[in-house]
Amino acid sequence: MPIYEIVFYAFSLVMLGGAVMVITVRNPVYAALSLVLTFFSASAIWMLLEVEFLAIILILVYVGAVMVLFLFVVMMLDINVDPLKEGFIRYLPAGIVVALLMAGELLVVIWSKGRFEAGAYPLPAPHPAGYSNTKAVGELLFTNYLLAFEVAGVVLLVAIIAAVALTLRHRSGGHRQNPALQVRVMSDERVRLVKMKPEPRQGS
Amino acid sequence: MLTLTHFLTLGAMLFSLSVAGIFLNRKNVIILLMCIELMLLAVNMNFVAFSRFLSNLDGQVFVFFILTVAAAEAAIGLAILVVLFRNRQTINVTELDDLKG
Repeated sequence: MPIYEIVFYAFSLVMLGGAVMVITVRNPVYAALSLVLTFFSASAIWMLLEVEFLAIILILVYVGAVMVLFLFVVMMLDINVDPLKEGFIRYLPAGIVVALLMAGELLVVIWSKGRFEAGAYPLPAPHPAGYSNTKAVGELLFTNYLLAFEVAGVVLLVAIIAAVALTLRHRSGGHRQNPALQVRVMSDERVRLVKMKPEPRQGS
Repeated sequence: MLTLTHFLTLGAMLFSLSVAGIFLNRKNVIILLMCIELMLLAVNMNFVAFSRFLSNLDGQVFVFFILTVAAAEAAIGLAILVVLFRNRQTINVTELDDLKG
């Protein structure tokens, strides 16, 4: 079935190209958009592996939330990119050497002795038509991994509170309402009726 | 015929690229955060590939938790970045030397 290979190589090329764009472009906005492209291609490759739930989650959560957050921050901050890029050429040789070394080491491990070839790890048969990856993952998540799932919720709550607490700032001189005082007010505090004699108009 | 080697190779190349990105962009905190996200994606790629080829769903649950933690990390990291920029008007890593590290 060559269509699998075609899809795999096409999306892999786009993904690696997107990753190269992320680390080389000058403008952080383009870097964030390239990262979106990379995540999309990775999601397609996960689809190829029949990991549908995580592929959708990657697009919804990563592209839809995290990358939009990145774009917000990049566009909100007025960054002068010129001084941030000046070490690029200087660190280019070191970066390439380290990356090639690391890639070489990893690939030696992966490629040697045919460790991960089809003989040792044959591709399982495709799932039948009615199979639901989401249901299978959900069943595992809500039984064996229930505690970890709850802890993940707590982690997200802590992240929300931390992000709000970090960026909250109290401005001085602003007019703000105190809801507690507003609720507690009585009618006689609003209007004060005064009895007095009529006074003649000044100057008449 | 796609084998596990293909997917592991892809993950290894992506990881190496993101390490190179940390070297090349070591002054820009935003790009550094993006490179960390790329690294997590490479690791997730390995998890997903092994999960598929071993017919074991535990790897996918692990990827789910990694995505959760990565989202939390991105939110807090960007919040710190905003506070940093508000106080210093820069995100250049070389100027952040108050701790004399």
